[in-house]
Amino acid sequence: MDIPRHWRLNKQRYALTGEVCPHCQAKIFPPRDVCPECGGEAKTEFGFSGKGEIYSYTNIYNAPEGYEENIPYTVALVKLEEGPMITAQLTDLGDQPLEIGMPVEMITRKIRSDGDERGLLIYGYKFRPLVSA
Amino acid sequence: MQGVAILGIGQVPVGEHWDKRLVELAGDAIFAALEDAQIKRVEALYVGNMMAGQLDKQSHLGALISDWVGFRGIEAMTVEAACGSGALALRTAMVAVGSGLVSSALAVGVEKMTDTSPRETTAALATAASADWESIHGVTFVGLNALIMRRYMYEYGWKHEDFAPFSINSHANGALNPNARFQSPITKEIYLKAPMIADPINLMDASPIGDGAAAAVVVPLDLVKGMNHRPLVKIAGSAVATDSLAVHDRHDPLWLTAAEKSARVAYNQAGIGPDEVDFFEIHDAFSIMAALSLEACGFAERGQGPRLALEGEITREGSIPIATLGGLKARGHPVGATGMYQVVEAVQQLRGEAGPAQIEGAKIGLTQNIGGSGATVISHVLMTE
Ligand SMILES: [Zn+2]
Repeated sequence: MDIPRHWRLNKQRYALTGEVCPHCQAKIFPPRDVCPECGGEAKTEFGFSGKGEIYSYTNIYNAPEGYEENIPYTVALVKLEEGPMITAQLTDLGDQPLEIGMPVEMITRKIRSDGDERGLLIYGYKFRPLVSA
Repeated sequence: MQGVAILGIGQVPVGEHWDKRLVELAGDAIFAALEDAQIKRVEALYVGNMMAGQLDKQSHLGALISDWVGFRGIEAMTVEAACGSGALALRTAMVAVGSGLVSSALAVGVEKMTDTSPRETTAALATAASADWESIHGVTFVGLNALIMRRYMYEYGWKHEDFAPFSINSHANGALNPNARFQSPITKEIYLKAPMIADPINLMDASPIGDGAAAAVVVPLDLVKGMNHRPLVKIAGSAVATDSLAVHDRHDPLWLTAAEKSARVAYNQAGIGPDEVDFFEIHDAFSIMAALSLEACGFAERGQGPRLALEGEITREGSIPIATLGGLKARGHPVGATGMYQVVEAVQQLRGEAGPAQIEGAKIGLTQNIGGSGATVISHVLMTE
């Protein structure tokens, strides 16, 4: 995995920076420059709150290369409160049973360690059960 | 566009072919298809393959395979849409011959998957999904299907055991196919006790990988009409549709929009509706994909795919037999070859050459090949002329 490939996504991985469409106000994550709702140009940055709820989840027992150290780990589809859905790992689950609809919040963690000679560590968003304020 | 017929078919058994290289697998299927068609040469070769560049460290299969089979010099290329690559090869051959630019073509799907470790193969399969926004989070291809299946069960109230008939049916049919990877029937007990791989998907919900190759010779229909040595099969409908690569980008992750669209277009071209389909070679990579595909193609209401299976309608005696020669679940899922196996099996059924797995009086077959988790879907309606 190349370093620039990950470096250029840092704003998304660390801060959930997406876009808002100036034409239809749709919130977009990840950024894609063309609004998926109206087809208009959408390059206005928008910072997501990192709050959302679990749409679905699963536990991965057969991991691809680079993810073996955390087997089994939990992956979810998280519906962000601003609208878009994203795929991410869940963490800090403790003994709490998971369920669809559970509120979660974003947190930055190590996503994977590259098995290659450079030993690159990749950090980015995961989600944990919402710590109620 | 002129009408297009499938004149010859060939396949190798899906399995672990330790003694064969990728080109040999492709060659075996191609030579079988040429012999079946009783022709010696074609003008073009279209190869469906997903992972040779990753697993075999070999791209550029069009030139490689055409040279291997003695066709050096012809038009040849690889087409790729992950697990949908196979049917895309047939689609490309049909468009080429139908347009009149090419007078005869071979479509071959080939994949060599068992030389590498399971971790390497899992990582390569994950490239069918979005690298930057799905795979980077460690979600596997099975994992994406598990996310869909759990939500589907939650929304529509199905239990895991309700999906058992999909697996049982495919294995029962695979037991009648000498080319299938698994040729033993399974019981509901075996289904329920299978080890979990990404909950709620267990081993019996998932299709096995394998090495394989399947091929078809495509020619203009008018050229071969009336040469009635056996029932002639024509491509009556052919359509490709796409959806977002990432599951999370879909408004409704429980609906295969591209499957619905490609099936609808293929039905319209053939002038039929789902009621007229005699059997359906379905992309049952996972039980949940079979349910979603049945719904998208108009055989079941939204959320009701499992009911069709529970009522026995998907068996050989039912109203819409699926996976009649084992499907992905039992014949096996050599990824880029799978779509061509579906086509070859549909031709076997339509010619009345499916042996003990024969659907009596089959005249119209639907094949649907799904790339990734529904991002590219290729549907074909095949009919006897
Ligand atoms: Zn917009």
